[in-house]
Amino acid sequence: MDYATLLQLLDTTLRLATPLLLACLAGLYSERAGIFDIGLEGKMLAAAMAAGAVAALTGSAWAGLLAGIGASLIFAAIHGLASITFRGNQLISGVALNFLASGITVLIAQALFRQGGRTPPLAGDARFNPVVLPGAEALREVPVIGPLYYEVISGHSVLVYAAFLIVPLTWWVLFHTRFGLRLRAVGENPAAVDTAGVSVVGLRFAAVGITGILCGVAGAYMATALQAGFGREMTAGRGYIALAALIFAKWRPVAAMWACLLFGFFQALALRPDVVQAVVQVKVPVPFLDALPYILTVLVLAGFVGKAIPPRAGGEPYVKER
Amino acid sequence: MDRLPKWADVALVPLISLVMAAIISALVLLAIGQSPTEAFKVMVDGALGSAYGWGYTLYYATSFIFTGLAVTMAFHAGLFNIGGEGQAQLGGLGVALVCLSLPWPHWTVALIAATAGAALFGAAWAAIPAYLQAKRGSHIVITTIMFNYIAAALLVYLLVDVLRPAGQMDPASARFPEGAKLPALNDIPGFNLIFQKAVPANVTLFIALGMAVVVWAILWRTRLGYQIRAFGKSEPAAKYAGINPVRITVIAMLLSGGLAGMMSINNVMGEAERLLQNSSEGAGFIGIAVALMGRNHPLGVVLAAVLFGFLYQGGAELGLWTSIPIEMRIVVQGLVILFTGALDMMVRMMLTRAFGMFRSVQATQPDKGAA
Repeated sequence: MDYATLLQLLDTTLRLATPLLLACLAGLYSERAGIFDIGLEGKMLAAAMAAGAVAALTGSAWAGLLAGIGASLIFAAIHGLASITFRGNQLISGVALNFLASGITVLIAQALFRQGGRTPPLAGDARFNPVVLPGAEALREVPVIGPLYYEVISGHSVLVYAAFLIVPLTWWVLFHTRFGLRLRAVGENPAAVDTAGVSVVGLRFAAVGITGILCGVAGAYMATALQAGFGREMTAGRGYIALAALIFAKWRPVAAMWACLLFGFFQALALRPDVVQAVVQVKVPVPFLDALPYILTVLVLAGFVGKAIPPRAGGEPYVKER
Repeated sequence: MDRLPKWADVALVPLISLVMAAIISALVLLAIGQSPTEAFKVMVDGALGSAYGWGYTLYYATSFIFTGLAVTMAFHAGLFNIGGEGQAQLGGLGVALVCLSLPWPHWTVALIAATAGAALFGAAWAAIPAYLQAKRGSHIVITTIMFNYIAAALLVYLLVDVLRPAGQMDPASARFPEGAKLPALNDIPGFNLIFQKAVPANVTLFIALGMAVVVWAILWRTRLGYQIRAFGKSEPAAKYAGINPVRITVIAMLLSGGLAGMMSINNVMGEAERLLQNSSEGAGFIGIAVALMGRNHPLGVVLAAVLFGFLYQGGAELGLWTSIPIEMRIVVQGLVILFTGALDMMVRMMLTRAFGMFRSVQATQPDKGAA
C-alpha cells in the first residue's frame, strides 16, 4: 500500500468516524447519568430525516441542523418521560423508539416529497461543504507532512471538527465541573445525590437532553455532510456501533474517540477490500470487516481486553424513599 | 398505591395500551394526509376479509408465535433477549443445511430433522451471550444486539461465498429438494375446503401452537419452570433457595434461542424453500412486541401473534392499494412496544386512579347500591 492510499483511507476514516463519535458521546452523557440508551440509532435516523427535509426546503444546512436537533430532542423527551418520569424499562423504551423512528421517517419523507421515502438531493448551501484549513494549500508541497495535512486533516465539513472538539469539552465537563461530578454521581449512586439536595430527575433529564442534541448533530451530519440527503435506514446500525464503541471505551470520552476512530477505520477498510487483500495477502471477506466492531465489543464484554464496568445505577429507575 | 383488580391487570392494561397506540397511529395517518378509517378498512379487508387474507395473516402469526415465545421464555428468567432476529437467521441456516443434506423421502421426516436443526442452531447462537451473561456479567441486551449484526454478516458471507450454487446470481442457497416441501393449509384435507387458493400458511402453524402449550407446561408445570420464574423474580432469593444462577440463565437462553430458531421452518422451509438473505425479515424483533402485548403468557402470545399477523398482512395491503407506505406497520409496532412495555406504568397509574375514584364514589354513596 502506498502513502497516497493510506492517506485516502485515513481521510475516509475521519469522515466515517464522525457520526459514530457524536452518537458515542451522546450515549456517554446518558449512560453516565444512569439512563441506558439503545435508542441512539433511532434518534440519529429521525435527525437525519428532519435535517435532510428542512435543508431541502429552506436551502440552508444550518436550518437543517437545527431541525435535526429538534427531532432528536423530541425522541429524547419521550425516552426521558418513559424511563425517568414513569420509571419504565429503559431498554424497551429504546427499542420502541428505534422502530418508531425507522417507520415514521419514511412516512414523513414520503408525504413531503413523494420520492420513495427519500429527501431530494442536496447541493450548495443546503450541505455542509468541506472547509480548507489555513495553510493547507501552502503546505501541500512539503514532503510527508504536507499531504497528510492537506488530504487528511483539512478539507472536512465544520461538523467533523466540532465533533472532535466536543471530546475534550466532554472530558472537561465530566471531570472538572460541578455538573459533571453530579452527573457521574447520579449514575453511580442516585440516592446520595438526592440526599445532598440535588434533583435526580433534573440531572437525568439534562443528560438525556444533551444526548438528544448530540444525536441530532450526528444525524444532521449523515444527511447534510456525509451524504447529500436522507435515505431510508441511512444510519445502518451506526447507533449500535456507537454503543459498542462506548463499551469498548469503558464510558470514557478520550477513549471513546479512539474507539470510534478504530471502528471508523474498519468501515473505511470495508469499502476497500482490494487494499486489505494487498496488505494481508489473503482474501478477507467484506462481511468479516463489517462485523469486526461487534466481534471486538463482545471480546471486550467477555473481559478478554480489560474489564468494562458500566455505571452502577445504569438502567435502574430511581424511586425516592418515602 | 392501590392495587388493580386481577382482570384489569390481565385484560384492561394491554387493551388500553393498544387503544392508545391505535389513536397515535390514527393521528400519524391524519398528519400525513391520509384517512385512518379508510386505512383500517383496507387492512381488515386484506387481512381478514377472505380465506386468502387469513392464509397470510396466519403465516405471519406462525413466525410471531415462535419469536414471541422466545422472548417470553427469557423474560421469565429476567433476561431481555433482543437477539431473536440473529437466532432466527441462524435457525434458517440450520434448516437449509438439513434440507440440502439429503434427498428427503417424505416431508414428515424432513420436518422433524429440520425442526431439530433450526432449534439447535438458534440455541447455539444464544449460547455465547448466555454464557457471557452468566459467567462474565456482560449485559445480555448488548451482547445479543452484537450477535444480531454478527449473524447478519455471517449469513451474507455464507450465502455469497459458500452456499450459493455455481452460476446463480442472487445470494441465496440452492432450492430445497421436493421431499422437503411442507404442505400448506390449502394442501391439507379439510382445510382445503376453506383455503381454496394457494396460501403461505403451512403445517408449521400447528407446531407453533404445540410449542405454546409446551412453553406453558415448562414454565408452570415443571421444576425447571419454577426455578426459571423464581430466578426472574428475585435473583438473590433464588440463589438462597439453592437455584444455580449460571445453569438457569444458560438453560433459559438456550430454550429462548431454540424457539426463535424454530420460526425458520415456517418461512425458510414452508415458504421460500431456500435460504435467502435476511430471511427472518424482522420477525425476531416483533417477538418483543408480541411478548409484551401477550403479557408473557403463551395464550397471550398466541393472541398477540395473530394481532400482529393481521397488522403485517394489513400493512402489506396498505402498501399495495393505498399511497400509505408499508413502513406504517413498523410505526404501529414501535408504538405498541412503547405503550405496553415502556409506558406500562403510566397506563397503570391512570387506571389505578380511575379505579380509586370509582371506589371513593361508591364509598360515599353506600345506600345507592342497596336500593
